[in-house]
Amino acid sequence: MIWLAALFFLQLPQMADVQVGDQNPYTTPADLTQGKKLYGGRCAGCHGPEGDGGKGANLAVPVLPRAAQNSSLYLVIRYGIPETEMPASNMTPREIWQLAAFVRTLGRLSAEVVRGDAARGSQLVHGKGGCLQCHAIGLEGGRTGPALTDIGVRRGASHLRAKLLDPARDIPDQFRIVELKTRAGEAVSGVRLNEDSWSIQVRGFDDKMHSFWKQDVAELKVERRTVMPSYRQKFDDGELNDIIAYLAGLRGGQ
Amino acid sequence: MRFLLVIAAAMPLMGQLTNERILSSEKEPGNWLTYSGNYSGHRYSPLDRINDRNVAGLRPIWVHQVNSLQRFETTPLVADGVMYITEPPSHVTALDTRTGKPLWKYRRVFPNDIRVCCGEVNRGVAILGDLIYVGTVDAHLVALDAKTGAVRWDTAVANHKAGYSITVAPLAIKDKIVIGMAGGEYGVRGFLDAYDAKTGKRAWRFWTVPGPGEPGHDSWAGDTWKTGSATTWTTGAYDPATNLIFWGTGNPGPDWNGDTRGGANLYSDCIVALNADTGVLKWHFQFTPHDVHDWDSTQIPILVEREVRGAMRKLVVLPNRNGFYYALDRNTGEFLLGKPYVKQTWAKGLDDSGRPILQPNITPTLEGAPVWPSVSGGNNWYSPTYSPKTGLLYVAAREAGSVYFTGDPDYKEGEQFNGGGFRSIPGEEEWGAVRALNPATAEVVWEHRLFSPPWAGLLSTAGNIVFGATNEGQFYALDAATGKPLWRFQAGGQSRSNPMSYMSDGKQYIAMSIGNALYVFGLE
Repeated sequence: MIWLAALFFLQLPQMADVQVGDQNPYTTPADLTQGKKLYGGRCAGCHGPEGDGGKGANLAVPVLPRAAQNSSLYLVIRYGIPETEMPASNMTPREIWQLAAFVRTLGRLSAEVVRGDAARGSQLVHGKGGCLQCHAIGLEGGRTGPALTDIGVRRGASHLRAKLLDPARDIPDQFRIVELKTRAGEAVSGVRLNEDSWSIQVRGFDDKMHSFWKQDVAELKVERRTVMPSYRQKFDDGELNDIIAYLAGLRGGQ
Repeated sequence: MRFLLVIAAAMPLMGQLTNERILSSEKEPGNWLTYSGNYSGHRYSPLDRINDRNVAGLRPIWVHQVNSLQRFETTPLVADGVMYITEPPSHVTALDTRTGKPLWKYRRVFPNDIRVCCGEVNRGVAILGDLIYVGTVDAHLVALDAKTGAVRWDTAVANHKAGYSITVAPLAIKDKIVIGMAGGEYGVRGFLDAYDAKTGKRAWRFWTVPGPGEPGHDSWAGDTWKTGSATTWTTGAYDPATNLIFWGTGNPGPDWNGDTRGGANLYSDCIVALNADTGVLKWHFQFTPHDVHDWDSTQIPILVEREVRGAMRKLVVLPNRNGFYYALDRNTGEFLLGKPYVKQTWAKGLDDSGRPILQPNITPTLEGAPVWPSVSGGNNWYSPTYSPKTGLLYVAAREAGSVYFTGDPDYKEGEQFNGGGFRSIPGEEEWGAVRALNPATAEVVWEHRLFSPPWAGLLSTAGNIVFGATNEGQFYALDAATGKPLWRFQAGGQSRSNPMSYMSDGKQYIAMSIGNALYVFGLE
């Protein structure tokens, strides 16, 4: 019943295939091969070729938080997740099941083994790394970057490593850094919260909320980039392993 | 005595909504009698009490909220003090134009197995005599008493279980109601129908996918014509001088996999010119032969007269979903002009007959092929507008591309039949613009940039204004001559509909559905 209420709220394009069973009828090796091809074209760009996350969530986990059952995995692929970057799809039921069957295999892959020391990693994140200037963990930390409170659920270890070394990869579709100067001479830079044809709203690096009519703005730069530095030079391999071990253990809720 | 004469002259306005009144709708600019405001598809209001000098004082007068979270796409009709709107999925409400108070409601009961690709929506009613006509998502055409909302007749147009539905606003012509259908994502066979306005008996049907023995049938490989789609889901135009209906047709099915349906796939992605009395085809023009990008040619045909190549021509023009603007001879279908009005990467250009000269690597693949414009097109079903006053055609253009995928082309009755899919192009900025075009040359006279590719149409008025709405909730007014922004209002929801204008108590109003509410704006 809760499901049904939720489904109506999502304004489903059509209801004909909502009665989805939990048994995946397409799981032969040929189905998995086809599912892998579909995954490569439509999913790997965000979820990573190995499914351990990128812009999109980590799928290489034993239990998908939003799709523990086959039926829920089917519905997420079919209808997407509203107000996220996960889109709906027009695939046939067979294609969706083939893709779902392949996605299930990602969770069984041997994920990267994290060899680091999580306690030392915690010290590095809170200390030398300065990560909490921009990221929050629980009640602590900054607001510029995404919160890391449950990053271990959402992203895999190899993705975390790649992001620490090359932060410019996999920037979310709507993430923008704004630098602007008003006609009155005020200068503001920060993260874009919203924008339309006539106005823009910014959470400034000064930790204040700002809203401007564009007609009052003299210079406006809106860029799809990150302000996160690369940690390639700052940490050695051992330290990186420690940090990843710590981050991979952050699972929220505490 | 003089007073009585004035009353007598006004009398026809309060009587039956005759076909003559629709034919000369410019004589009663306070009403809005057809989906596009006139038969020529102009979506233009001759009213000028709201104008570029006073529009800054515009404000909401009343709001009608609907009890549905489905997209609210209706264009209201207004006749003799009453506004008739549809509400999702296919309900009808009559509203008092002065107060916004409902006068009657028609609430249909629907089967629980409706099949619509893109929302249980409806774009409006038609009015003729003392009846109101609505197409329904379960593929019926229903006639309602204009005074009470009681059902006068209810005709099954097609079988909804096979994927047929109706979302289009019907068009009343003479003694008939012309109605299209939807279902292009379900492998239906498309058609355009006309029904006797009084009885609901079918007068004619034009199949948009020709059957065996009919011209154009050989443009489909094997039996693929049976699932050819070519649906008719936006309202067409009508030229009383030649008694021709001009109507756009949708994509061939399956959308993104053309491997099985070899050939040009007539009459998909066409404009067809039909005799209004018989439904017989006079000419057709196909914009996107053998389409594999879902570029329905269901844009509003706009009828204008312009000098082209040294001679005055009666034209039908439209900015197509495939990214090109076209001008055709209205009487013959002859191709006169075709020019991109948004970024497009699929055609090197058009040849002398208007056929596209294709670029390589544009066919959808399993890995995905990036092509501009996007699956939603340079514009979509929502309306452009033509102002006879400025002589300009205005389109809410979408600047975006898609990655196109191919997939299973298997058909099963009542199930989606897409043969692929699409997603946005990673890292690409998408945006929109209102563009004012010279209808004879497609030259851009001005442009007003929009933050994102719009889903709402435009209205032009004799007050030198173009009205429109954004995805981000603003209802806005631009100077029709220059594009300069004059006024805006944050209505709090994405608009996926078209504005219109009417008069009540001697005052002009602008109406548009935005989010899940109908807003009526005025100057008081």
